[in-house]
Amino acid sequence: MNVILIAVIALGCIGLVAAVILYAASKKFAVYEDPNIGKINEVLPQANCGGCGYPGCSGFAAACAAGPDLRGKFCTVGGQKVMDDVAKIMGYEAVAAEPKVAVVRCNGSCANRPRTSQYDGATSCAIAAATYGGDTDCSYGCLGCGDCVEACQFDAIHMNPETGLPEVDESKCTACGACVEACPRNIIELRYLGKKNRRIYVSCVNEDKGAKTRKECSVGCIGCGKCVKECPFGAITLENNRAYIDYEKCKLCRKCVAVCPTHAIVEINFPARKPKLAVTEAVTKEVPAQEKVAEANPQVTSSDQSEKIEK
Amino acid sequence: MLKTFSIGGVHPEGNKISAHQNIRQAELPKQAVILLGQHIGAPAKAIVKRGDEVLVGQKIAEAGGFVSAAIHSPVSGKVAKLDTTIDASGYSKPCIVIDVEGDQWIDSIDRTPDLVTETTLDSKGIIDTIKDAGVVGMGGACFPTHVKLMPPPGNTAECLIINAVECEPYLTADHQLMLEHAQEILVGVKLLMKAIKVNKTYIGIEKNKPDAIELMTKVASEYAGVEIVPLQIKYPQGGEKQLIDAIISKKVGSGKLPISTGAVVQNVATAFAVYQAVMKHKPLFERVVSVTGHSVAKPSNLWARFGTPLSQMIDECGGLPEDTGKVIAGGPMMGKAISTLEVPSAKGTSGILIMPEEESRRMEVQDCIRCGKCIEACPMGLEPYLIIAQAMNQEWDKVEKDSIMDCIECGSCQFTCPAQRPITDYCRLGKSTVGGILRARAAEARATAEKANK
Repeated sequence: MNVILIAVIALGCIGLVAAVILYAASKKFAVYEDPNIGKINEVLPQANCGGCGYPGCSGFAAACAAGPDLRGKFCTVGGQKVMDDVAKIMGYEAVAAEPKVAVVRCNGSCANRPRTSQYDGATSCAIAAATYGGDTDCSYGCLGCGDCVEACQFDAIHMNPETGLPEVDESKCTACGACVEACPRNIIELRYLGKKNRRIYVSCVNEDKGAKTRKECSVGCIGCGKCVKECPFGAITLENNRAYIDYEKCKLCRKCVAVCPTHAIVEINFPARKPKLAVTEAVTKEVPAQEKVAEANPQVTSSDQSEKIEK
Repeated sequence: MLKTFSIGGVHPEGNKISAHQNIRQAELPKQAVILLGQHIGAPAKAIVKRGDEVLVGQKIAEAGGFVSAAIHSPVSGKVAKLDTTIDASGYSKPCIVIDVEGDQWIDSIDRTPDLVTETTLDSKGIIDTIKDAGVVGMGGACFPTHVKLMPPPGNTAECLIINAVECEPYLTADHQLMLEHAQEILVGVKLLMKAIKVNKTYIGIEKNKPDAIELMTKVASEYAGVEIVPLQIKYPQGGEKQLIDAIISKKVGSGKLPISTGAVVQNVATAFAVYQAVMKHKPLFERVVSVTGHSVAKPSNLWARFGTPLSQMIDECGGLPEDTGKVIAGGPMMGKAISTLEVPSAKGTSGILIMPEEESRRMEVQDCIRCGKCIEACPMGLEPYLIIAQAMNQEWDKVEKDSIMDCIECGSCQFTCPAQRPITDYCRLGKSTVGGILRARAAEARATAEKANK
């Protein structure tokens, strides 16, 4: 009886001392964590893709909780809905961000871009790019080894075996930018998803001179500048023999698509053109391109012609 | 027992089919395409413009920085344009295109075959002449020679090592050059010794060239302090670090320069170029190119002016065989398959190797079986099987920790791999990626240091 009592008392004392030490330690070494971090982390999608630019979702949650506002912070996977939730938790104003999607700016399929050599090295775009300019004469276009497919965590980009080019599934793409990083040729770009998912972009990044580009690929941008002149919004710039459409300025009018002589400018998710427009396009394609533009805009033609004479 | 390097190495088939073919002059091209980046370092800057008349040996581009080299016209004629062309790297690079008219040399070049052995130039004079003549390492890496002859502060040269190993299979350019120009090479060696102020030289030759060893030994007996070192046959003995290990048994530490062992290594063809530059006032504008391969009708060694399209040299050796699968600029181990035959020859074009279709295909890649053969083969003591796995998973920090920057990209690991894994490809990718990371880190450190100073 006595032995049991001693044991209970001794154990009780030890427990009491330990409890006091633990209490003191937890007070002394307490780490304050913003409770909001946990709350924000709960609403995040937990994809840990790094698309926001922070190391994983918890890193993003900490950054959001640190404030002072949500400017420059956007969860591409969760989109606006998640950001609204985050804003609610923190009591900030939600920052509206236009959703984006990855676009592949190369249309050099097997049919459009003749193969001039064969690559049988390691299946990696990074290695192919370090080896040489690629199996076509275009040293800017898609290498087709699928580093972007490998990089995508959301199963949103796949190689099309017919064209040999990657295609983005816009319903799955979260615009995290992993494919953009993975592409050694910087072909993939994040652009606005657009109204009704409609987009227009130059599907070529070739910087060679026009004549050379024409030989390399039938749908390459030859840097003629017709689209730049045509664009009423000043959204298109021409640099290093290639055109670029600024998605912030583009109003999706499709005028540039119609004038591009090599069909390097691509329109996505637009309804078919009206018959009248289709006819003029056919006319543009054939001979009197100059005359056609002349009717519409005499000034442009005169400069076009003077350019021709100079050449 | 002959000397060799101590770690790793492989024994590829020699295949020296163009050996003992006398060097003949290649035809002049109709249009010479001279690349501005023929060396390691900054590309040269063109100093001619369209329409200029140039003579053979005239300087047409200046060095673009400290680690860079001048370029001299290999032909006479009129500059047609400054353009870009696809070089052996497979990308468009800036070049000067010259329409060839006749073969007019500048007067200062001594074109007589007489051997000149005496010069009044001192060390600095020799290095300046070499720099002015645009001489670069002729082994393939094309590192500007004058830079190597000026050891960075804190290092002193103790001996000169001449690399006459030619361990790459197929290539025979250096071998034939030794057989035909041994006297000139040794005068070049003497000039190099004077330039770096040493009185000991080792010339390393692999024992598969017994005639060259014999001839060089005979000629070298007239020169004090020059020793011919016959070496065992092992690839990559021609690597700078491996050759130093083989000859003077010193190892270059990780991240250190070869000069830290006191040795300056120069290629045998570089010694010949130095002779021509200093004694004959002839800048570097041509070199010996081996055109070789089992299917080639006439395997040859050609004196080819830089800017000659490879297609023309192949035509001179019997044309491109019908079953050709790959054309490689350089040797089979470190050379690069080219995507067009219009690639112009340059200072580093030591050979053109033509591979038949069935030899040029890669075999199916299988899984690593952890046999460790690549570790055994690696001459730098790395673990290639680990590096490829980490590089495939893009774990660059681990790749860096595994000393990827020491990799010399010799290809021994891939050559020896029984599963045909593309190890060297991934090592190269790892090296360039980690190199980029290191440069970015250094730039950041510099920026913070500058901020702290302010």
